[in-house]
Amino acid sequence: MLRLETCRIMNGDYAVEADLEIAPGACVAVIGPSGAGKSTLVEAVAGFLPVTRGRILWNGAELTRQAPGKRPVAMLFQDGNLFPHLTVAQNVGLGLHANLRLSASEWRRVDAALERVGLGGMGTRKPAALSGGQQSRVALARVLVQGRDILLLDEPFAALGPALKAEMLDLVAELARESGATVLMVSHDPNDARRIADQVVLLADGKAHPPQQTAELLDNPPPALKAYLG
Amino acid sequence: MAGRAQPVSAYPGISAALLVAALILGTLGAVALRAEAGSGFGASDWAALRFTLTQASLSALLSVGLAIPVARALARRRFWGRSLLIALLGAPFILPVIVAILGLLAVFGRAGWLSGLLGLFGMEPVQIYGLHGVVLAHVFFNLPLATRLILQGWQEIPAERFRLAAQLDAGPLAMWRLLEGPMLRRVAPGALAVVFAICLSSFAVALTLGGGPRATTIELAIYQAFRFDFDLGRAALLSGLQLLLTGAAALVALRVSAGEGFGAGLDRAVQRWDGQGALARGLDGFWIVLSAAFLLLPLAAIVLAGLPGLAALKGSVWQAAGNSILVAALSTVILLMLALPMAAAAAAGRSGIAELSGILGLAASPLVIGTGLFILIYPIADPFALALPVTALVNAVMALPFAMRILVPRAREVLGRYGRLSLSLDMQGWAFVRRVYLPRMRAQTGFAAGLAAALSMGDLGVVALFADPDFATLPLQIYRLMGAYRMEAAAGAALLLLVLSMGAFWILDRGGRWHAEA
Repeated sequence: MLRLETCRIMNGDYAVEADLEIAPGACVAVIGPSGAGKSTLVEAVAGFLPVTRGRILWNGAELTRQAPGKRPVAMLFQDGNLFPHLTVAQNVGLGLHANLRLSASEWRRVDAALERVGLGGMGTRKPAALSGGQQSRVALARVLVQGRDILLLDEPFAALGPALKAEMLDLVAELARESGATVLMVSHDPNDARRIADQVVLLADGKAHPPQQTAELLDNPPPALKAYLG
Repeated sequence: MAGRAQPVSAYPGISAALLVAALILGTLGAVALRAEAGSGFGASDWAALRFTLTQASLSALLSVGLAIPVARALARRRFWGRSLLIALLGAPFILPVIVAILGLLAVFGRAGWLSGLLGLFGMEPVQIYGLHGVVLAHVFFNLPLATRLILQGWQEIPAERFRLAAQLDAGPLAMWRLLEGPMLRRVAPGALAVVFAICLSSFAVALTLGGGPRATTIELAIYQAFRFDFDLGRAALLSGLQLLLTGAAALVALRVSAGEGFGAGLDRAVQRWDGQGALARGLDGFWIVLSAAFLLLPLAAIVLAGLPGLAALKGSVWQAAGNSILVAALSTVILLMLALPMAAAAAAGRSGIAELSGILGLAASPLVIGTGLFILIYPIADPFALALPVTALVNAVMALPFAMRILVPRAREVLGRYGRLSLSLDMQGWAFVRRVYLPRMRAQTGFAAGLAAALSMGDLGVVALFADPDFATLPLQIYRLMGAYRMEAAAGAALLLLVLSMGAFWILDRGGRWHAEA
């Protein structure tokens, strides 16, 4: 279980407060008006922003002071998820060892992950030679070999068209189900939440509300959410 | 620490910055300790101070004053060869001073093209030595820089403003009041201050075109006190004065300057609707032709004069060329070992490092560092035996501010874009440096290395202080040939130096961009 215990997260001159729990294996969307601090919340879980009060716990173990790379967390960003000077296979291999010293069996795992996301045989290409959707698949293959318990998505598919984005979200849901990972995804589109999220965390007025069932919340939005959804 | 975590440590960069500061301040300290033993200011020292200020003021005023119409013409005209001419404006930066001086002598000297032309009309040949020669050479080097700075000002005016001005049917006077005046008030003081600061520490130009009691800069006076009189106390006193002067000018220059004229996209022409009359076109054409001729004729003269001498180059010139290549290579390596960690530290939130190196780099004078190093080395080793490494080190420090201006913005971009991803992959320290930082910085590293190599290859400064008669770099050898009135050999060696400098820049800059992904 991912637990944010009376957390206060500083991002420059504003703060986000969160006191909530997310069940293991759940797929949770974080929605709210832009500027409310959606990215701030997931960046704190990833360890990029300091938590000035409270603690973050995963299955009872405290993460609050851990370095980002030591947390059981994999994250995909809005852009810049791949290194353009490394090949597709190297980009995925970073998920196993950041210094890229992989054994033969580890390289086979990389190939298998690429196979799984539908990019078999493309390992030697550079990201620039791939389409936007294929680049997203490479990033997901890396998440797959990382095998972390928590997957954070900060709108990594925002630049894709609607059909492609839906395809990627379905792939995320599928991969998460197979590995049992807990997914926390930032979104400004309620349809994304309806598509794959069981629950929704609403962020408004600097406060993250505990998760609620997606359909329930979106069908009967509280005033803050209603103002945002229009 | 309140900021974000970063995948790369700032400590190597901070150590490098401390090393540089220690070198600059340590040599200054060594000089200051000696200065107390000195004998106070003489009349010739005051003359040197006056001449330094006069020539720097005149050079700045003329460079910027001429750059205003040239930049305006370049900003509003489109013609064949325009982007080539603008690229050429960057060339004097890496052009060895001694090469340019030989070119200027061939055009403006007593036996030069201009004097020949005047002779046809029965007029006296022009005199290039002295104040006006020094100013001429400084304008040759700094007119292109000032033009680039002001051109950048033109480019930064939003295109909508020009459309609005066109709709308002603004004439030349209104254009001046609406657009050009405000832009120049913003840009010109910075350009003036930068050129003034650069000309303050002029050494090689004053050494070759100045000299004598009436045309000696402080840097030249340091050299003379050192080389001819071996008066360390006086050299130290002058060094202190020089440092005070350049330090103050550097602070002012950094305070008022907006850009540095390195920016990309300067060859993009702004679409404009004003200045379509025949007079405006004619004037713009005049300025463009004049500035192009002023830049190109001395370069053409070097090539023409150097070709016959190239075949007859002596062994001593080739040996000097070998020394220059060694100095340039060593200097480039030192520069990268300092600048790459410093850029990483600056990007990782220690932005003070970038500013500090900018101030110290502009304020530091090679002759002052050289004097200080000499004083420090003298009791423990033979300074003349260390001419090569000392020259390389000082050249690297002088190139540092330029390298930082090239590297820091890119380092910020790399850390901003890939910092979080690398951290979340637990990729830190050396793994990050090797897998991400260095590969992503390659194009900028190549550019900075190219500048450093070319600057070092063409430098005639601290080496003149340290070299004994048996040791010479190519620029020093050219200076010695000129002193012996062997002008053909000097021209041949100058062409060789031109090829070496430009070649080193081209190879390193190209190498950095070779197969580099965007």
